[in-house]
Amino acid sequence: MTVLVIAEHDNASLKGATLNTVTAASRLGGDIAVLVVGSAAGAVVEAAAKLAGVSKVLVADSAAFGDQSAENVAAQILAVVGASGASISHVLAPATTYGKNVLPRVAALLDVAQISEIVGIESADTFVRPIYAGNALATVKSADPVKVITVRTTAFEAAGDGGAATVEHVTPVADCGLSKLLGRELTKSARPELGAAKIIVSGGRGMGSGENYQAILAPLADKLGAALGASRAAVDAGYVPNDYQVGQTGKIVAPQLYLAVGISGAIQHLAGMKDSKVIVAINKDPEAPIFQVADYGLVADLFEAVPQLTAAV
Amino acid sequence: MKILVPVKRVVDYNVKVRVKSDGTGVDIANVKMSMNPFDEIAVEEAVRLKEAGVATEVVAVSCGVGACQETLRTAMAIGADRGILVETDAELQPLAVAKLLKAVCDKEQPQVVICGKQAIDDDANQTGQMLSALMGWPQATFASKVAVSAGKATVTREIDGGLETLEIALPAVVTTDLRLNEPRYATLPNIMKAKKKPLETIKPADLGVDVTPRLTTLKVVEPPKRSAGVMVADVAQLVDKLKNEAKVL
Ligand SMILES: Cc1cc2nc3c(=O)[nH]c(=O)nc-3n(C[C@H](O)[C@H](O)[C@H](O)COP(=O)(O)OP(=O)(O)OC[C@H]3O[C@@H](n4cnc5c(N)ncnc54)[C@H](O)[C@@H]3O)c2cc1C
Repeated sequence: MTVLVIAEHDNASLKGATLNTVTAASRLGGDIAVLVVGSAAGAVVEAAAKLAGVSKVLVADSAAFGDQSAENVAAQILAVVGASGASISHVLAPATTYGKNVLPRVAALLDVAQISEIVGIESADTFVRPIYAGNALATVKSADPVKVITVRTTAFEAAGDGGAATVEHVTPVADCGLSKLLGRELTKSARPELGAAKIIVSGGRGMGSGENYQAILAPLADKLGAALGASRAAVDAGYVPNDYQVGQTGKIVAPQLYLAVGISGAIQHLAGMKDSKVIVAINKDPEAPIFQVADYGLVADLFEAVPQLTAAV
Repeated sequence: MKILVPVKRVVDYNVKVRVKSDGTGVDIANVKMSMNPFDEIAVEEAVRLKEAGVATEVVAVSCGVGACQETLRTAMAIGADRGILVETDAELQPLAVAKLLKAVCDKEQPQVVICGKQAIDDDANQTGQMLSALMGWPQATFASKVAVSAGKATVTREIDGGLETLEIALPAVVTTDLRLNEPRYATLPNIMKAKKKPLETIKPADLGVDVTPRLTTLKVVEPPKRSAGVMVADVAQLVDKLKNEAKVL
């Protein structure tokens, strides 16, 4: 039995979310193989081969995989599963926009269900996953021969190094030619990634503007070495880019410390941060629902409290 | 050009659902039901493409119980031209819905299918991608901008690192993200007009689709509750607590 983990990467480096997915794979029993579908992604292959618990790295290398289109990556995964002669029991990918884009295609073409965003593993065929914005946890059992699963990264530790996997090349599938990447506009930041940050400073509509967000929150984040996040309202209003959004339909985070500033605490926002270890809320409305999940609540005008906090830490 | 928009009836996003005490699911008796918000964005986008003269017809499809007719009427009040209900009382999982939609696509031959990226009840985020794969079509998920012209679509997608823009050949599946548009409110005259628009009802068996669930739900429980926190008087006390009690600074 082999658990196939799909590596998320940009051809240059292996994304951290893959490490959490490998840990989930290790709970299933069986060998772990990591599949790198990419174009000249040597550094990714090297990083994957070093992961503890990984016995094999499969590499499908083709120029057509450079832009990681869902159609091509899914076709390659399918070819690998097909060639394994039913020895692959599980296909896992992180529940990031990458995994969510690719894996349902694989499941559909294998004619199996996909089990989305698991947070727990009860056995090789039984998994726990949040539904209704995390207001309920469902335990589901799969009757399918291959389990296709996306993994919520905050629910599993990152796998460490210490492995020495063998590297095996597989024949790349032909380019589907259905989709062309015209360009990417990636947010550049020297701050830690939201998914990996120990501390997150998050701002909502209460910030009032993008200028305020930068002037008030960025200095605090810099002082704490924190990542910056936001509510949907702050993203919709254009204060910050879309990839800052924390919540049910944005990023799921679970840092050591989450500071919610000028965020009311809608169900959809809580869904993305309520597993944080310590939650601090700063809001001028004492009735704001965010205080119901906060470990420490401060009723204050953020424009006074946050600069004071920045000076004090 | 025809656009197909699948719409799902879900518990309204303002409702905080309760887990049933017997652990079999969540209690959705007597709670407000609405169209899945991402599907509303999908309908709006399709209607805008029609208003812009790019699309000629917008067909809304819903799979589920009889009450999904209301969801279809809502779609028609926003501007969809007609509705198709694939009616069943059976539990439908994303793969089954994708297969039903494939059968509808085979019949209707749309050039574009616009789905919501995820339904806010099961939070699965699968159906659009599955449909696209079953059709052998390209996909552009999590769209924040869509432009359609002569046999292709240019779609800007919200991804974890920022944005990416794809050009895909039609027919194709697009799934919507929050920033794509702000759906209009249906006006009373349009709600009245929607009541007269055609609504066809078919059964999964008519489409030759087996909708048997692949996943069995063994139990549903409430997530662990966070223990109650404390209110602090000022910033100095907050810093003290974070340093000395929580030890996170
Ligand atoms: C389908 C769907 C998906 C969604 N997904 C997400 C998601 O993933 N993430 C998400 O965040 N939301 C999501 N939402 C939106 C969510 O329902 C809320 O609308 C949103 O979270 C509100 O953002 P907010 O708290 O910043 O704004 P508001 O609710 O407007 O709250 C602003 C807060 O700032 C406080 N404030 C104002 N001025 C000050 C000041 N000077 N000092 C201190 N406090 C101040 C106010 O008291 C208020 O509590 C989704 C909604 C839908 C329908």
